[in-house]
Amino acid sequence: MSVMEQDSAGAPARASLLNDPKVRGLFYQVLLIAALVFFGYFIVTNTIANLERQNIASGWGFLENTAGFGIIQSMVPYSETSSYGTALVVGLFNTILVAVVGIFFATIIGFVVGIARLSNNWVISRIAYCYVELVRNVPLLLQIFFWYFAVLRAVPGKREKWSLFDTVHLNIGGLRLPKPIWEPGSFMIGIALVVAIVASIVISKWAHKRQDATGQQFPMFWTAVGLIIGLPLLAYLVMGMPMHLEHPVFVDTGPRIRQGFELNVGINIIPEFLALTAALAIYTAAFIAEIVRAGIQAVSHGQTEAAHALGLRNGPTLRLVVIPQAMRVIIPPLTSQYLNLTKNSSLAVAIAFPDLVSVGGTVLNQTGQAIEIIGIWMAVYLSLSLLTSAFMNWYNQRMALVER
Amino acid sequence: MANTDIFQIRTEEAPRMPAPVSTTGAIGWMRQNLFSSIGNTILTVVGILLAYSIVAPFIQFALIDAVWTGENREACLPQDGGHGGACWAYVKAYLPQFIYGRYPVDEIWRVNIVYALFLLLLVPLAIPSAPFKKTNAILFLVVFPIVAYFLLTGLVIGDAVILPIVETAVWGGLLVTLVIAVTGIVASLPLGVALALGRRSKMPIIKMVSIIFIEFWRGVPLITVLFMSSVMLPLFLPEGVTFDKLLRVLIGVTLFSAAYMAEVVRGGLQAIPKGQYEGAMAVGLRFWPMMYLIILPQALKLVIPGIVNTFIGLFKDTTLVLIVGMFDLLGQIQSSFTDPTWSTPSQGHTGYLFAAIVFFVFCFGMSRYSIFMEKKLHTGHKR
Repeated sequence: MSVMEQDSAGAPARASLLNDPKVRGLFYQVLLIAALVFFGYFIVTNTIANLERQNIASGWGFLENTAGFGIIQSMVPYSETSSYGTALVVGLFNTILVAVVGIFFATIIGFVVGIARLSNNWVISRIAYCYVELVRNVPLLLQIFFWYFAVLRAVPGKREKWSLFDTVHLNIGGLRLPKPIWEPGSFMIGIALVVAIVASIVISKWAHKRQDATGQQFPMFWTAVGLIIGLPLLAYLVMGMPMHLEHPVFVDTGPRIRQGFELNVGINIIPEFLALTAALAIYTAAFIAEIVRAGIQAVSHGQTEAAHALGLRNGPTLRLVVIPQAMRVIIPPLTSQYLNLTKNSSLAVAIAFPDLVSVGGTVLNQTGQAIEIIGIWMAVYLSLSLLTSAFMNWYNQRMALVER
Repeated sequence: MANTDIFQIRTEEAPRMPAPVSTTGAIGWMRQNLFSSIGNTILTVVGILLAYSIVAPFIQFALIDAVWTGENREACLPQDGGHGGACWAYVKAYLPQFIYGRYPVDEIWRVNIVYALFLLLLVPLAIPSAPFKKTNAILFLVVFPIVAYFLLTGLVIGDAVILPIVETAVWGGLLVTLVIAVTGIVASLPLGVALALGRRSKMPIIKMVSIIFIEFWRGVPLITVLFMSSVMLPLFLPEGVTFDKLLRVLIGVTLFSAAYMAEVVRGGLQAIPKGQYEGAMAVGLRFWPMMYLIILPQALKLVIPGIVNTFIGLFKDTTLVLIVGMFDLLGQIQSSFTDPTWSTPSQGHTGYLFAAIVFFVFCFGMSRYSIFMEKKLHTGHKR
């Protein structure tokens, strides 16, 4: 009220200037910039002084130095004589590996549990409900510890094993799988796979066009399955089976020290990876399940009824009517869950799985280059986040409702 | 009349028959929900087997085989060389450490007072029908933190030691978990609201700064934030100025959760129709009164589930501080495993089970309370 009275009474120019939203806005923004600049100056000068005092050279030179520590799992060649830079790259790849595998399993478990929660079957829906509530309300770190220190320590020791079909073995050293050994000529299998995928895409486009034009459907799913499995198989046979499996070798005779699995034969998935991926997938799946449930419930029942009235059976109704609409609701929150999983993979440091944060922590302790290491972490996670959300936004736009 | 022979009019009601047994009661319910088809029956059987195979060993471990009393590991060692049941005697022996950390025994009464005050102020605040809400809220949000701060850290005026100083390095267990969670929750809400308003502001620089702030903290894992606050923050400060380690962690956690809170609040602000803003401006309200009286109450009410979810996430995330070397509840439990007095095969399982139960009770409690509040505050916006 007082403002208006002042205005109508012809208040002095200065007073009305103070009340002008534009001037005020400008004032606040200038204030903010000044505060930020001062804050930045304060931090930078202090940091420089502190670094000088502690004799830490800032800059990226340390990346060239020899790391001198071992890493239990690396996807690129790495030894103790490799540089810090290589060690960090190893960590980055391990982070990406955990994230991709974790997202894959979390999505499958999440969709199954989410649909199970909506089941008419009381037992199934209750089990799904209990799973979601139990897993969501217990810290992830505790779950990682549980898998690593409680579950994976309860498996047989180094000189014993549990086996499944005599191809998959589990003991305290990790999960052993047969490893495919590629021989000359095996590249044809890869080419066949690529050809099969390209052919599937082309045929699918053609099938869509044909259905639009004539209404006739084409058994696209089975064609694609046949192509993608059949072509590589054909190539495998034609090239004279240029691939064999290298099974892990388990020694149970001879001196006790030699007993157990031979090193570097077959694939060994280390327990740290198993525990981390299991915990991440199971934890994130509980959140995905809730998202899936909400998404399916958001599709009104009238849509199902209308589809049934048109004569669609349950399967096509779900596939053509319900799921496409539910996906629109599901995808944005699903994206955040994928991002959360990727970021949560940094908890690897707690069980010493060599991911980016874990390796970086070791480098940080050895070199004291806190600013550079933390800078690398933040840059990597930020760009992973932005990349994932860009991809999911693109996918979201493709799936979004087209309105006039 | 002759016609009466060929039709019949019923003069009394037909006797009412009960519904078929197969559609009512327990049997009907089971037929409908468990055995409606062959597929469903298989699912039911598989489900029951699955549930049994998980629940039975769990009950066996946690209750039947469990050891409830004992002085040391002898009591919990399994006789037959197996893993044995839960060793609750160990949890009992360690309970003070789990609740207070290494807080000096003579000063534990101070922590107890803080716990008691916390409950005393929180419970009436949480019960909608309790009186004196405003006084209560002020006591809880303003007076309690100050009192708790001096009670926990100590109070020295000049040379007079009123309460001996207790370094935060000896705090631990549930105390640290609650201090971090409650401070994070209380401090991140106003900061989050401010950031959300900043993000929706028309002033470009304020908007940009808010967006950068929010996206930056949301894009990085909490671990790196904690490393940053424990390793980098001291570098930012002038020589000689040091922050307490707990305080550094608190700053990191608060900034991190404020960014999440900001996005939740933004969702609420976006859901408020423009008419509400226009209405508020039409009655002559300025920006802050408009926000405080009209917009924020509606926006915050809309996003209660989101806010509580952030709280729950923050509460669970407090466990991460053990990575930067602080002993919250999980850290304290983890560190107790090195004690040879209680080292048995089931010690780890018992400790983790105990931690899981505590966290579950807190988080599940919060989520139920949020559902309750949501229904309570529901004022007919539902479509």
